[in-house]
Amino acid sequence: MKRAFPVLVVLSLILLAYASYRALVVAPTDALQGEVYRIIYYHVPSAWTAFLLFFINFIASVQYLAEGKASTRSAGKWVAIGVGVAGAVVAFVVPMPAGIRPSAIATTMLAIPAFYLFLGKYFPGEKLDVLAVTAAEVGVVFCTIVLVTGPLWARPVWGIWWAPGDIRLTSTLVMWLIYVSYLMLRRFSNSAQTQTLAAALAVFGALDVPLVYFSIWFFRTQHPQPVIGGGGSMDPRMLDTLMLSWTAFLFFGFLVCWARYRLELMRRQVEEAEALEALLDDTTEPVRYRRSAS
Amino acid sequence: MNSVHYLYAALAATAVIHFSYIGILVRRYLRLQSQIKGMEKDG
Repeated sequence: MKRAFPVLVVLSLILLAYASYRALVVAPTDALQGEVYRIIYYHVPSAWTAFLLFFINFIASVQYLAEGKASTRSAGKWVAIGVGVAGAVVAFVVPMPAGIRPSAIATTMLAIPAFYLFLGKYFPGEKLDVLAVTAAEVGVVFCTIVLVTGPLWARPVWGIWWAPGDIRLTSTLVMWLIYVSYLMLRRFSNSAQTQTLAAALAVFGALDVPLVYFSIWFFRTQHPQPVIGGGGSMDPRMLDTLMLSWTAFLFFGFLVCWARYRLELMRRQVEEAEALEALLDDTTEPVRYRRSAS
Repeated sequence: MNSVHYLYAALAATAVIHFSYIGILVRRYLRLQSQIKGMEKDG
């Protein structure tokens, strides 16, 4: 896998360059907004990637909390399956607001047990915590892009940088702040309970993610309606470019996560080795002292 | 400011944020490498 990394980096750069070419040159110009609409090719894929990473952080955090005892581990698995299946059924039974496809909700709900079982199998024990911090940190990077590119689009189109009180914008900013505080907690707390506290914060913080996503359906907001799954229409060439751009961002995000994950594992190994060394030094110190004293 | 400048600003901001983060990761990696070397030297 290590050998494949440089090859995948080159592939990712080629994909990003091609997606940028399609976004800036090939995709047609929007009749109403002009050239500035092309910001969506960076803004929307960044938002989707951030949502996915925060979702991974949530699943990994829940599973990390459930890993403590054998009984909670087994219960967590069945709760995830139950929530996924029940959510998928409810999506088709309960009438949804106009524009929300029940199949999209059902797929998202079924993704919960699928991710839960996948992460449990391939990221056992401490690796779940490493994955959670990785997903949160890279998610914050993508969310930062969303918060920077959004106002850059809004200024020429709306005439303002930010719409104060708008639920989509405010909830996105709150989501970013929650995950930044999650990372701050991990960075500056030395308590033995830090990982558990961070996992609990991630579980509550994740409640904001669906609020951000569904706010444009349930609340009056200045933010544009979604172009996919929201009843809106988009030129097929624009849609192709958007999906290509998202693929490129996902691929790049995956590689960054991979690098960050390995770095975190390495950091913990070094920390453990240093702690062990310090412990050995402490135990040998009196011996050294007695030798020098005699 | 022409609206196309906002597009270039967004593109530049996206690139700067990504490359800054990669720079942070590289710096952390180099710091860990020097820590490992220091530990190896100490035995």
